[in-house]
Amino acid sequence: MIHTLEELEEIAEAKREKDSETKEELRVCIGSSCLSLGADQIEKDLKEEISCRGLKDKCKVKGVGCNGLCSAGVLVSHIDREKNSETMYGNLGTSDIKSVAEAYESGTILKEKLLDPHDPFFLNQEKIVLENAGYIDPNDIEDYIAHDGYFALFNAIIELSAEEVIAEVKKSGLRGRGGGGYPVGLKWETVAKVDSEQKYIVCNGDEGDPGAFMDRAIMEADPHRVIEGMALAGFACGANKGYVYVRAEYPIAVEKLNKAIKQAKRLGILGQNIAGSNFSFDLEVRLGGGAFVCGEATALVTSIEGNRGNPRQKPPHLSDYGLWGEPTILNNVESFANIAPIIRKGGAWYAGFGTEKSPGTKVFALSGHVKNTGLVEVPMGMSLRDIIYKVGGGVPEGKKLKVVQTGGPSGGCIPEHLLDIPVDYDSLKSVGSMMGSGGMIVTDDSQSIVEVARFFVEFCASESCGKCVPCRVGTTELTNILDKFVAKTATKEDLILLQDLCTVVKETSLCGLGQAAPNPVITTLKYFEDEYLEAIKND
Amino acid sequence: MPAQVDNRYKMVERTMKKLGYERSALIETLHTAQESFGYLEKETLKFIARRLKLPFSKVYGVATFYHFFRLKPKGKHNTVVCMGTACYIKGANKILAKLEERFNVKAGGTTADDLLSLISARCVGSCSLAPIAIFDDKPIGNLGIEQSVEIVEEMIR
Repeated sequence: MIHTLEELEEIAEAKREKDSETKEELRVCIGSSCLSLGADQIEKDLKEEISCRGLKDKCKVKGVGCNGLCSAGVLVSHIDREKNSETMYGNLGTSDIKSVAEAYESGTILKEKLLDPHDPFFLNQEKIVLENAGYIDPNDIEDYIAHDGYFALFNAIIELSAEEVIAEVKKSGLRGRGGGGYPVGLKWETVAKVDSEQKYIVCNGDEGDPGAFMDRAIMEADPHRVIEGMALAGFACGANKGYVYVRAEYPIAVEKLNKAIKQAKRLGILGQNIAGSNFSFDLEVRLGGGAFVCGEATALVTSIEGNRGNPRQKPPHLSDYGLWGEPTILNNVESFANIAPIIRKGGAWYAGFGTEKSPGTKVFALSGHVKNTGLVEVPMGMSLRDIIYKVGGGVPEGKKLKVVQTGGPSGGCIPEHLLDIPVDYDSLKSVGSMMGSGGMIVTDDSQSIVEVARFFVEFCASESCGKCVPCRVGTTELTNILDKFVAKTATKEDLILLQDLCTVVKETSLCGLGQAAPNPVITTLKYFEDEYLEAIKND
Repeated sequence: MPAQVDNRYKMVERTMKKLGYERSALIETLHTAQESFGYLEKETLKFIARRLKLPFSKVYGVATFYHFFRLKPKGKHNTVVCMGTACYIKGANKILAKLEERFNVKAGGTTADDLLSLISARCVGSCSLAPIAIFDDKPIGNLGIEQSVEIVEEMIR
């Protein structure tokens, strides 16, 4: 059990010392994407190869979370602490492991599998949330502590008041990373001010947006960071209980979080009287059931209570009436993952990244028709063009980019000519899309835009909870009309109806799902009206 | 009651006990039940309703609301085709259509001989490997249409 900062420092020191005994490390990326390519087998084989060659004392093989460049998986990094160097290999299969071990033993480099660490993909990123991803072992709390983990929490409890923690978060300007962009500090302050015996901290790890896998990677690569952020929220707002609501489709994230919670409890980092204070905080994982609507705040809370995930009218907001009717803070995984560095290095430091109105960095899941697919973290305000061409490496096969879809089914499609807009909450909104949780899907010009719009609307129709009519009936009707456009049998009246219906669904639906469902149609109608017109049959 | 069945109920009971038989334990309990039994049979749902003192309609309502829960048994083998956005624009719909046609089964259904269940998923979160499908728990990315047919044929042989 740890009670003081000194004891925490002791653990960190001991771990660093233990690590420095082995001068070198081979880090195998065991993020979900690499796992599907057989990374677990590679880790096992590599361990065996190294130990067979009697190199175990010199070099440690360890599995680490997502490195980001998923398109070049499986990734293995060779770290040499003495030379302070990193050699990165990509596109590895199980058959390459012998050569990797051989190259390592003979001190040579496996040229054909070498990745360039100076590739613009790496150079243009700024890692705060993902600072540990690809470096630490997510199964080992000591590794997290050795990388400054839990120092923010202990420091806050021992040295700071709850108000000071909130002030720091407010100063950072951090806005909710789930998509809405509501200032996190303000949310915390509201709940802190409510007088109540019981308050709750809830983390949204449901990540229902298709095309988004940021939160998954964070939970899998660095689960303790999420726990620390939530505990800090508990300390700041006077809550002693938290829930992490995770998609059941993410079994590895669930496993890592449960393991991390157990380890934290064993060390007394979670539980009663943390750091010798009278602050107590307990955490539980709750499984989602694959319902997109549960990303909506009120729906998520009612789902934790064991009900169908139907949203309800707001107000009352969760800050007054949340989980079991008590004041509740709900933030998503990435928001919580930003908290520990903010408390450790200060709100002003964090506000130094990004733009004035959208400070900090944002993690995006880059996918679709782009060369480097994977996870990237960039400062807010970087242009969409830079993210896709510099970091993402552009559209492959010399094809032309058509649209970039951001914000998931609730977002919009941004056409090529608007690529120079800075990526921040307000700029994306101004072109009809939204930040969303961070999915960024690139499509080339071979893609029919009407089909993309139909895809999203159909998604919302099938995910509609059915509580309110505009969403339940409206999204289905929208899908039916779009079917005609896809089949090129639409009429001029259909186009007018489509536009009208978009307005009705947007303005009269109960919750965010329905209100945002027409967005992909509205933006594509705005930027690609000709494709809709082409689908109208002439008679 | 055969020993194996008994054991599976024990697992379900354990989850409810851990969560103090609270009504809020329902979803967690359904997850455990599905894990133990493979799917949620009416009898299982009734058992959970009794133990958590909930109306059966409530248990049934929750079980049918969430996509993750299955009320029918799976086939001997299963194939989950991801239909997330990234997979969609890389042609996952064509893969699904081909599998439906070749094995004569609709997405969400099981073949008449109970050999294969075909499932379409919303997003499995491996977008960088799009299009991706999961064959009996083994994910395979950058999938081709013909390749997917071959994998399934091999799997159910």
